[in-house]
Amino acid sequence: MAEAADMTDGPIGSNEAYSLHVNCERRDVRDAWVGESLLFVLRERLGLMGSKGACEQGECGSCSVLIDGALVCSCLVLAASVVGQQVLTIEGVAPVGAPTDVQQAFVDAGAVQCGFCTPGLIMATHSLLERSAEPTELEIREELSGNICRCTGYGRIIEAVQRVAVARRSRASS
Amino acid sequence: MTDAATRTELRGRLGDSVARPDGVAKAQGSFAFSGDLTADGFLWGATLRSPHPYARIIRIDVSGAWKINGVEAVITAADVPGAATYGLISHDQPVFASDVVRFVGEPVAAVAANHPDTCRRALAAIVVEYEVLVPLTDPERAIDGSHEPIHPDGNVVRHQRIVRGDQTIEGPVIVEGTYQLGMQDQAFLGLEAALALPDSGGDGIELFVATQWLHEDQKQIAACLGFPVEKVRLTLGGVGGAFGAREDISLQVHTCLLALRTGRPVRMAYSRQESFLGHVHRHPCTIWMRHHAGLDGRIRRIEARFVFDGGAYASTSSAVLINGITHTQGPYKCEHATVDGWAVRTNNLPCGAMRGFGVVQACFAHEGQMDKLAAAVGLDPVAIRLLNAMETGDRLITGQVIENVAPVARCINETAALPLPDEPVGGHDGNPLRLPGGTGLTADRSHIRRGIGWGVSIKNLMYSEAFDDYSTARVRLADGVASVKFATAEVGQGFVTIAAQIARTVLGVDDVVLEPIDTTVGSAGSTSASRQTWMSGGAVDGACRLVRERLFELVGNAHGIDPLRLAIDGADVVDTDGPLRVSVVEASAGVLIEETFEHHHRPTEDLDEDGQGNCHTAFAFVAHRAVVDVDPELGLVKVVQIATAQDVGRALNPLSVIGQIEGGIAQGVGLAVMEEIILIDGHVRNASFTDYLLPTFLDMPDVEISLIEEPDPMAPLGAKGVGEPPTISSTPAVVAAIRDALGRDLYRVPVRPSDICL
Amino acid sequence: MYSRLTMAVFTPTSLSEALLALAESPAATLLSGGTDLMVELNSGHRRVVSVIAVNRVVELRSWRHDPVAGTLHLGAGITYAEIASDPIAQWVPALAQAARTVGSPQIRNAATIGGNLGTCSPAGDGLPPLAALDAVVHLAALGAERSVPFAEFMVGPKRTARLPGELITGVTIPLAAGWQGYSKVGVRNAMVIATASAALVTDTQTGSVRLALGSVGPVILRCPLAEAHAVEHADFAGLSISEAAVQEFAVLSRDAARPIDDHRSSAAYRRHAVGVLAARLLRRAFPNG
Repeated sequence: MAEAADMTDGPIGSNEAYSLHVNCERRDVRDAWVGESLLFVLRERLGLMGSKGACEQGECGSCSVLIDGALVCSCLVLAASVVGQQVLTIEGVAPVGAPTDVQQAFVDAGAVQCGFCTPGLIMATHSLLERSAEPTELEIREELSGNICRCTGYGRIIEAVQRVAVARRSRASS
Repeated sequence: MTDAATRTELRGRLGDSVARPDGVAKAQGSFAFSGDLTADGFLWGATLRSPHPYARIIRIDVSGAWKINGVEAVITAADVPGAATYGLISHDQPVFASDVVRFVGEPVAAVAANHPDTCRRALAAIVVEYEVLVPLTDPERAIDGSHEPIHPDGNVVRHQRIVRGDQTIEGPVIVEGTYQLGMQDQAFLGLEAALALPDSGGDGIELFVATQWLHEDQKQIAACLGFPVEKVRLTLGGVGGAFGAREDISLQVHTCLLALRTGRPVRMAYSRQESFLGHVHRHPCTIWMRHHAGLDGRIRRIEARFVFDGGAYASTSSAVLINGITHTQGPYKCEHATVDGWAVRTNNLPCGAMRGFGVVQACFAHEGQMDKLAAAVGLDPVAIRLLNAMETGDRLITGQVIENVAPVARCINETAALPLPDEPVGGHDGNPLRLPGGTGLTADRSHIRRGIGWGVSIKNLMYSEAFDDYSTARVRLADGVASVKFATAEVGQGFVTIAAQIARTVLGVDDVVLEPIDTTVGSAGSTSASRQTWMSGGAVDGACRLVRERLFELVGNAHGIDPLRLAIDGADVVDTDGPLRVSVVEASAGVLIEETFEHHHRPTEDLDEDGQGNCHTAFAFVAHRAVVDVDPELGLVKVVQIATAQDVGRALNPLSVIGQIEGGIAQGVGLAVMEEIILIDGHVRNASFTDYLLPTFLDMPDVEISLIEEPDPMAPLGAKGVGEPPTISSTPAVVAAIRDALGRDLYRVPVRPSDICL
Repeated sequence: MYSRLTMAVFTPTSLSEALLALAESPAATLLSGGTDLMVELNSGHRRVVSVIAVNRVVELRSWRHDPVAGTLHLGAGITYAEIASDPIAQWVPALAQAARTVGSPQIRNAATIGGNLGTCSPAGDGLPPLAALDAVVHLAALGAERSVPFAEFMVGPKRTARLPGELITGVTIPLAAGWQGYSKVGVRNAMVIATASAALVTDTQTGSVRLALGSVGPVILRCPLAEAHAVEHADFAGLSISEAAVQEFAVLSRDAARPIDDHRSSAAYRRHAVGVLAARLLRRAFPNG
């Protein structure tokens, strides 16, 4: 019994052209295919490899970016639909070699092992601390629950977030 | 001895919780994982996979794929120039299936094209005509011979018995049980990815890949490509976790073939769904055990029968079986045993290495047995384990004497001493996140029962059965900078951190450069079996010591001092019997000292037909205590706390050790309550993160840790491997705690809600 | 004219632009939060030729509490993150509780109630509260509008009464004066698809109890027999009900369920679970006696 996959061979649609605002820069995209996710465009067309793909379903958070300040999974965003919106990726958080307090805290607290989940977690943590400067442990767990880590067991990540919150509070009060 | 000034120079030595050298790059997203690597003019590769668990291939028609614009290569088994099959122990697995497919997901063809979607369409256009066969999915039928062989090598990969002591001992106390483990997946986040660059003459290739053992990959790839080994050059691409799933070849040969066929760089990257099909998994296992004990609870004899379902290809099933059955007794004294162990072939997904490697399965069974034994003789779970606890000098049921430090009683007692959670069920604040069900608001605290359970484990370190899994390192010292070169796969565990700490400690330098990890230096063996700190740490240490010896010769000659009197103190070379002190920087100015060292562990033996022999290298021990809250009516579980004391020998980097412990416990919790690949008649039902559930922040318990540091004189740095023990006895501890909360027996992991409440 | 960003992806900013685009491109795929469509695109299970992204349509991003009518209107583009927190949450606690369980924070920032209605999976978290609240779904096409009660809107698993050319514009929820709540069973505590769920809405003014079950049938199921039984036995003034009546409520709820076996769970477990959820929700609504 002959078998072939059940896919209709539709028009290619590989001539999309649009401009995105990424990390405060205008970035042009050419000859793109209509079905490309923002994650694909960031990585493969704009050379921003920092956002990672680990599930293509929004179930792991490795691809997390901010769009107009809201934390979302870039694998679930159709690239061409965010024209006119502000996209912030891990590359836009800080220049290479000048890590933010969150990034440094992750490193110092042992919250980085393989590092694949780390960019997404950095985005989620920055977003969390913007909205809640002194989160409780349960708040940290819930706000980061969209980010899976397979290496660390989460304990050192929670520690890192708490250290940042404490350090920021003492800087603010000094 | 050291004042404040030199103390600052002593940071980053062994024993410090040094930050990992690649940490900032990872936190900033600039660290290159294998999937981030690209090259000008590259093509995308993709794989066509079997939809059937068992079928004959009648014909393959690739002509449809060639009609699609942008397709540059279409390859099948006919296009494999070298060995048609590969494998870690036996070479039984085809690069591409040619006459028969033996599991859902088995590769049948591959394409290279200009866009992943073009690849997808090309794969869809390949027509494969199958004659569907009835799959072998019940491992018992692989044993009883009632199913035809699904492979020329037969349906039994290995059968091994262990027979020791008096086979007639019965009781007086007898407890038995049958234990089952489902198929766990390693589920590393960094999906399989590789970049292959063909040599311009087409007679060699360079491959960047995330893997666990560069040289073993190199050997298999070269054989399949028909190239001499030196023509296949591998560099480690950044690895996003491994946990055993990268020991076997997955996309390496396919990527190389496409690159050689097109003469262009080829990138291949698996989707998550494909990843579930494209790598090996933890063996599902059924274990029957019967313990014979005295009235006091002391174990007299253990009987057991293990059946490991290895799936379609042999992978490392043979070794997993041996690991499992040789750990039958657990960390307990036992002189008499009758064990029958099978690793079989079925049309289920291929299984192989996953953190714990057969001992996870054995431990779930023996810890269930220990609790049954405790109940039968009226002892509590801690007392029964202390009563039977193994000590240095005791024997495994293989006859091997445990020569290592074996602080089993101490592991148990220190775990017991760790505080229980101070929050009651539901917490002092009544936050629903503390209850089973979490934000699902399924329960009030009155619906919940709390239970406490124990698990204790022994785990072998390094490879076994006469395998010489050595490791190599090359160290250079020049102008106060140490350069360290190794092929040790860094998969996230932190070997790169330790390597630099070793060099700083032995050589007294602060500046350590880690060179690219590739095949231009000797093999480091696999990043598995909790072996790299011992073996690759030993190799780096050995190479550094040789370099230091040469440095001392230089300094000794320059100053007329016997080199044997020299030592490293802080960042200086000092004369232990005189006033000389010269900084290492100064002493190594203008010189280049380079040494390469291979670290071998002592030889081990094969097992004889009664399973007797010194087949293992070394052992580590650990205890876990779990506190869980259970909703008996809905069957939902919240793991509240895991306490553990682990025999680590020496914590070379305490923060890294804690990371391994917490991460391993997360995987143990996952196996206990939520992780399972669901196969029905050989078909995978949940090849996605939507339905293969990993623990999230809201599922992970608090962890209390005690590190037991009794340096092991057999270990080159006194440190034992720490990666696997955390994931081994945490699972049975959680299940024991659920049993305690319910007063009900559970014999299967993962425990499902219906197992609890129906 | 509507806004054209690229050749294939249109992003209208007004409802009239969106409806015109839909009328002119009937084969276009509607995109709201992307949390369902993109999963299908990423896996290759669906292909698109053109897309109308409605996430910028102003009218769909509005919501309104009407104290006179006693209703809450949510535009189709309101996200679950917005529903899970105040100022919206206070009006519809059961829906807010459900919203908190949707996916993850990332998913909740993107997923919209209109998208959830458009997909209409029996496991959709927001749907049992809408069913229990007797919400009304609003649809619009070029030159036409209509409103459909939820029970008539969801006609099967992932099948709705929406016609080609129609856009879900929002949902109107009649507010209830009484305790309401939602419960969801999943194997882990975040990012999990419900194996069973239930929403209970009580109204002390009308003396009503409404129960809707999710993941246990081809559509969200209301339980008229269970609801009638509760009304008969509950004391709305004293907020009390007997334990025997609660247990009978559970039995009637289980009887209303029509669950299936699948890879996530068994019919037997699902049926058992909704009974437990129904009983516990009723006890929360009537905590006394």
